[in-house]
Amino acid sequence: MDFPVELFINAVIAGLLLGGFYAAVTSGISISFGMLDIVNIAHPAFIIVGSYIAYIFNISLGMDPIIVSVVMAPAFYVLGMMVYQIYYLSFEKRGQESLRGLAFFFGVLFVTEVVLILVYGVDYRYVEAVYIGPTLKFGFIDLPLRMLVPCISALVLFAALHLFITRTFTGRAVMAVSQDQGALQLMAADPVRIKRIAFGLSIATAAVAGALLIVIQPIEPSVGREFIGRVFAICVLGGLGSLPGTLIASILLGVVESITATFYGPSWAPAVAFGFLLLTLAFRPSGLLGR
Amino acid sequence: MSALLEVKGLAKRFGGFTALENIDLNVQQSERVGLIGPNGSGKSTLVNCICGTLHNDAGTVTFDGHSVNGLEAHERTHRGLARSFQLPRPFASLSLAENLKIPMFYTVHKRSGTPLHADNVDARCLELLKLVGLERKAHHRPKDLTQVEMRKLELARAMAAEPRLLIADESMAGLSHSEVEEILALLKRLNESGITIILIEHIMSAVMSFSQRLVVLVTGRKIADGKPETVVRDPEVVRAYLGQ
Amino acid sequence: MRNTIFFLVSLAVALVIYFGLRAFGIDYLFVAGYVIVQYVVLATAWNILGGYTGYVNFGSAAFFAVGAYSSVTLITIATHIEDWFSESVAAALNTVFPLPIPVLVVIAGIVGGLIGYGMGYLTLRLRGAFFAIATLALAVVLATLVVNWEFVGGSSGAYVIAPAEMIFFKSYKEYLFALMLLMAVGSLVVARAIERSKLGYGFAAIRDDELAAEASGVPTLNLKLVATTLSGAMMAMAGAPFPYFIGFIQPSSAFGLEYAVNSIAMPMIGGTLSWMGPLVGAVLLGTLQQLANVTISSAVNLLIVGLLLIVFVIIAPNGIVGLVQDRLRARRTK
Repeated sequence: MDFPVELFINAVIAGLLLGGFYAAVTSGISISFGMLDIVNIAHPAFIIVGSYIAYIFNISLGMDPIIVSVVMAPAFYVLGMMVYQIYYLSFEKRGQESLRGLAFFFGVLFVTEVVLILVYGVDYRYVEAVYIGPTLKFGFIDLPLRMLVPCISALVLFAALHLFITRTFTGRAVMAVSQDQGALQLMAADPVRIKRIAFGLSIATAAVAGALLIVIQPIEPSVGREFIGRVFAICVLGGLGSLPGTLIASILLGVVESITATFYGPSWAPAVAFGFLLLTLAFRPSGLLGR
Repeated sequence: MSALLEVKGLAKRFGGFTALENIDLNVQQSERVGLIGPNGSGKSTLVNCICGTLHNDAGTVTFDGHSVNGLEAHERTHRGLARSFQLPRPFASLSLAENLKIPMFYTVHKRSGTPLHADNVDARCLELLKLVGLERKAHHRPKDLTQVEMRKLELARAMAAEPRLLIADESMAGLSHSEVEEILALLKRLNESGITIILIEHIMSAVMSFSQRLVVLVTGRKIADGKPETVVRDPEVVRAYLGQ
Repeated sequence: MRNTIFFLVSLAVALVIYFGLRAFGIDYLFVAGYVIVQYVVLATAWNILGGYTGYVNFGSAAFFAVGAYSSVTLITIATHIEDWFSESVAAALNTVFPLPIPVLVVIAGIVGGLIGYGMGYLTLRLRGAFFAIATLALAVVLATLVVNWEFVGGSSGAYVIAPAEMIFFKSYKEYLFALMLLMAVGSLVVARAIERSKLGYGFAAIRDDELAAEASGVPTLNLKLVATTLSGAMMAMAGAPFPYFIGFIQPSSAFGLEYAVNSIAMPMIGGTLSWMGPLVGAVLLGTLQQLANVTISSAVNLLIVGLLLIVFVIIAPNGIVGLVQDRLRARRTK
């Protein structure tokens, strides 16, 4: 049998588009887990909530899901700050984040999923927008807008975050908090306040990532859990808290997953991310670009 | 006579940053050595490399005639190297007596090969707590302790491992004058019973009165090693401490 | 000595429970009882790693499913013996196959222990959070493998028919309940023995401060591997009889979210510092869920467990047992 070149190239391109989207999904985790050392395993739950909000506004008012998410991002920011405040007072301050803090986020993940199941059931939900459906064709290469639009939006979000972290005072303070809290105090900044802002920001990205997700695929409440492995795999592979590393790792995972799904069937795709994660943890815990 | 602890050509890097470079250090049996240096000079990194908390990139650490390179921290403890931590790290959910049981179960038993009787363990815990003056709080948790008591617990726990060499990492920072005297007296008593001690300390008066020999680290390098009175007059040391 | 007494006392309690339920003569009591007692085993197993050493395992469902599917594999092999082997070999094999459930339990324990060891070996040199994340990953990888493995039924599931005849026991459910009750006694004895041993002190030192534990001579990596192996083995053992219990097994039921949630929530709500915590949490939450399943949907049920978990980790870090102990201590000093 000839090697199906066209199928392969299309799988790679689909993977690149998927990878761009993964970068948006993971950017939040890169901030919370990578920079702040908060193991927020509930992050995918916030993403799914973002998807449902985009869904509600799209179905009832016919609004564009991505625009809805940008409008909702500040609300998510505030929600994130509140969650951090609870986390800080209950666990970080008492030095109990490793056991009870993790259990707390696990509870949040779980409760969110169950509430969504109770309200919306386990049926798949989807949104409607002009860019869902049409596909650009260049020769044998397919560029579905359903994937292209989220990918571009994701890259814009990602670039904005990167600029914020590297170019603003608060952004640099977030970087500093991940390295040395003492140095931060010398900068006359309160680490708890900086962490609160950064965590709020990480949750705000979930609003956008959620809307992009529901554009790409129909969702149901438990979809979020599939993303836990993906986002942490990417985050660790990208070298914890490095945004450029996260982007590279996202694209790598997107391509590998897409090729696996094309050639071995989609039922194997979830195992790719998690397998990746296990292998990374075992052999390259400092990430792809790490020393 | 060969040294109890022999550090040769030791180096440690963190990424591009060189924390320690080509360190040589010999410590004789029963000696009292002071180790000083400005903040960030690599004192704690040196302690961590000697005790196995960190692994050195180059050089060798020899203890009692055997290389301990590549051995984990707990294996070095089994061989007779004990330390206290700069910031006390008690086992918070265990009582003071139980805190001391950990090194007894895992180091003393391991070394002797025969488990001690439970009553002996309890007696030994009380004896050690008495030595540092904490016997009345034997059944309290570490959170009930004051700063100075916390540091005493830290030393008692290191002692419970029955070490041949004790490295006391800034066990007096932030203590009052009389509290410093108390800890110094305790360390001297331990030394008289045959334990070799390396004292890392900022408080110069304490180091001067305690040490038979003084070693100075500056930016990851050893710049002086000798009699305390001579070392403190060394121009390079003076420059490192006062010159900036 | 004290451990022997504890074993005998808990065995006596187990016998009282068993004969008490038998006196009612209602088979459903054994079904409900089985689920509750199974949670006692799972919660106790989780706590040996999570409560004693402080390492969170989110993959309880995976270990449980490993046990269940190791049984399914062996049961399915038994049905293929005639096709695979010559008559004489098949006759010889058929004298041992199908394997009795206690043997399945032991085999599941070995498989679960090996997976626990492997997981620990790969991730425990790293920061604690990596272990937790890897356990989440393990659940999905194993579920994907099972879904794609037709031999054990794949995603559509497999029927497992329990033997019809029983000696002594009136029904198969009753037999399974008695077996699980015995396993619960065993796991509580193990947990309590660990707590009061050198191993237990080592675990506590790891939980409180790993660097200080190493400096005190505790071989932390080895001890953590002991905990992951033991905990994984016990969880898989709890899953081994599950195919016979449920009759029809699917990946979605064996990897059910309720196992992952309950085995964390029960020790956390009961209290993680002693063997009593998981027992109290499992009996309390397990009974509540069995009662609630009759009246409200299972989703609401799980929602309550999740909310309780969040409330308890924030307000009562040492669980119900911790609250009671504080109460008693306060009264004593008054």
